[in-house]
Amino acid sequence: MTVLAVLLGGAIGAPLRYVADLFVQSRHESVFPWGTFTVNVVGSLVLGLTAAAVVELGSPDWVLVLVGTGLCGALTTFSTFGYETVRLLEEGSVGAAAANSVGSIVVGLGACAGGFALATALL
Amino acid sequence: MDDDETGLHVRPHGLPIDPDTAGDQVEEGRHRWLAFARTHADVLAVISAGGALGSLGRWGLEQLLPWSGTSFPWATFAVNVTGALALGVLMVLVVDVWPPRRYVRPFVGVGLLGGWTTFSTYVLEARDLLAVGRPGTALAYVGGSLVAGLVAVWVGIALTRLVAVTR
Repeated sequence: MTVLAVLLGGAIGAPLRYVADLFVQSRHESVFPWGTFTVNVVGSLVLGLTAAAVVELGSPDWVLVLVGTGLCGALTTFSTFGYETVRLLEEGSVGAAAANSVGSIVVGLGACAGGFALATALL
Repeated sequence: MDDDETGLHVRPHGLPIDPDTAGDQVEEGRHRWLAFARTHADVLAVISAGGALGSLGRWGLEQLLPWSGTSFPWATFAVNVTGALALGVLMVLVVDVWPPRRYVRPFVGVGLLGGWTTFSTYVLEARDLLAVGRPGTALAYVGGSLVAGLVAVWVGIALTRLVAVTR
């Protein structure tokens, strides 16, 4: 059951990231990797909400595995985040690289903590 | 812009910034996303399969190296750094070494490595460490993962260029 939840979540999350990335990237011209930034922040928010909600609601373990480990895990990515930052550095876009790395972490952590606090307060 | 049969647009002699879309385009027009889903159904399925497998691998490592909630999250650190290294290697191979293949980058780069690595668990663990009063561990984890991940990508790109490209 748990394994199925991981597989299903990952099977949905990965193509969702690809499509969301394409969608966001088609809407701006800058070098800044807004697509990956967006999926990482949204996934972090959803994981924060879910992690708090399963505790508050006493949900079965597979819920967090499906939504957290599988869906949010595959929707968000660290490899692409790191790769894009290094490519920006290689291209000499030091400001964008710094903004992407620090910005993703600060905004992602804020979204996750905010989602966690919100779910805890509401449920 | 080069435009090969995979739809992989790259600058001459350069890796793309975004390795996942790598210049993939959605054509203009009405119902363009529906049309895209139809023409890319196979690619989306391949990404989905890779994502499922990569996520399962990450979950498996989390079972092997369970996190206490107060210590350094080694399992997530390990998947993220190894995934970053592998993506650096893959992109040089895909762009500069291997002939164009429709499924390699979607399956391995977008799916498998995207599923293997995670940003959401990374920041949730940092949040948890801060919440239990371990700011030092949180800072070491956040900063350590970032630095190690960036170095890993760079090493992956540089080593692969050295070994496979400049032969």
